[in-house]
Amino acid sequence: MKLKLALAQINSKLGNIPANLEKHLALAKQAFQDGADLLVFPELSLTGYVLQDLVPTISCRPRSDDPVFKELINASRDIDLVVGFVDEDTRHRFYIASAYISQGEVVHVHHKVYLPTYGLFDEGRFFAPGDLVRAFNTRFGRFGMLICEDFWHASPPYILWQDGADMLLFSSASPGRGLNGEPKLDSSAWVEHINRAYASLFTIFIAHANRTGFEDGLNFWGGSTVFDPNGKLVAQAPYFEEALTITEIDLNQLHRTRARLPLLRDERPELVQHELERILHK
Amino acid sequence: MEIDLLINPELVRKILTKFIASEITRVGYSRAVVNLSGGIDSAVSFALAAEALGPQNVLAIRLPYKTSSADSLSHAQMLIDQFGCPSVTIPITDMVDALIVREPGMAEIRKGNIMARARMVVAYDQSEAFKGLVVGTGNKTEILLGYTTLYGDSACAFNPIGDLYKSQVRQLARSLNIPEPIIAKPPSADLWSGQTDEGELGFTYAEVDKLLFLLVDQRYRPEECVEAGFDEKFVRQVFERIRKNQFKRVLPPIAKLSSRTVGYDFLYLRDWGT
Repeated sequence: MKLKLALAQINSKLGNIPANLEKHLALAKQAFQDGADLLVFPELSLTGYVLQDLVPTISCRPRSDDPVFKELINASRDIDLVVGFVDEDTRHRFYIASAYISQGEVVHVHHKVYLPTYGLFDEGRFFAPGDLVRAFNTRFGRFGMLICEDFWHASPPYILWQDGADMLLFSSASPGRGLNGEPKLDSSAWVEHINRAYASLFTIFIAHANRTGFEDGLNFWGGSTVFDPNGKLVAQAPYFEEALTITEIDLNQLHRTRARLPLLRDERPELVQHELERILHK
Repeated sequence: MEIDLLINPELVRKILTKFIASEITRVGYSRAVVNLSGGIDSAVSFALAAEALGPQNVLAIRLPYKTSSADSLSHAQMLIDQFGCPSVTIPITDMVDALIVREPGMAEIRKGNIMARARMVVAYDQSEAFKGLVVGTGNKTEILLGYTTLYGDSACAFNPIGDLYKSQVRQLARSLNIPEPIIAKPPSADLWSGQTDEGELGFTYAEVDKLLFLLVDQRYRPEECVEAGFDEKFVRQVFERIRKNQFKRVLPPIAKLSSRTVGYDFLYLRDWGT
């Protein structure tokens, strides 16, 4: 089975949902016209990243009665979408969220579980952390979604792998940092390194949509990637430029890789569970 | 302990030109103004702005005082000619001396501050006339050491080079084809005759950049830097300079009274809405 996967590596306007929504709909249309089946946007793509006190003013509810989601749900009749937004729950807690929308339905919403609150990051001050990491079924197979810091931790990708995901959709608004003589910033090199590692260790597809542009002095470096179950880079968007990157993925690569390398078959989650219980309860 | 001040100039250039273009165009502008002192920092900010916006959109401003070195003017002119930018030359002697003559024997430091602030006044006036934002020219070394005049040379709309140490600015200057005499000459604020940064600071940029990299970027404790061979007095002096000059790096604190106060719990980026 083939999947034509598109990564929308965009710059968002900070706190300007109408402008960002318009860009989402235009790219959805373009990706659909280019034959894509699924279009993945970066973290907080509808809102921008360093929201601070804007958070309560730009939140959405991922339902058809929400004016923003209504448009996205409508667009999903043509092409599956992953969008980044601020989810306000019924008790008015705010989450950094990604929604998978397909054929007129919101299929799954992920709330970012790890909120970086150190160094230049201050997410824990403004957002509630999610507490679920769940894979979900799509018309292309079982997928998982994670947001930025979620995949700086090894456990969420592992959980999704064990929950049956064969494709992980990562989104981020990663500020570029770490300068030296190398042609890539440390942050770019690190993210590419771990994404390749997840693809290789779990023999799954890893698609990562990262944003571009600037918010005050922060640069977002783009460089969105797709790695296949062999850990091979199959697509990469340019650094620091907006891009719609479309690549055809052969999902049968899962069969070929796992025939050669049965890491999934041989994985022992019960052993992990057993040892974690010992560690946590000693 | 590794001290790696090497940069990849092409990568830095790409990020900084995009930063300049972004900061200017997102607020509806297309132009910039830069005070060209003839030194390396303003040369680099100017070259980056010219690359980001097109040379016709960057106004180079030369602001000589009567004691300014002739080299300062001619080096700035080399850049103007090389990049083909519009330029103005506005001597600041009259406006500065109007204050200075009132107090015979005024200390050099006060005169220097008046000159730096006079240059800021002209830059912001030209900013309005040219409809361009003021590009900052302060490097990370001088920001950390507080070697700058508050509301003077530190004033700007945004600063592309403020996260580069002086020795890193030099590497970037080479990649931007800044003329060698500008790169090679001893850095100077040129506020009085014979002034050099290194003479006034009492240490070289090469030394202090290494120490700052360890203390700030790598989070080494001062005593670890001493153990690694840095002179104890030098380490203490630099650490104290960083601490004492924090006031130059932040907005003035507002006394909190209400439940929502600018600077504490009224939090928005400058790029809000753009």
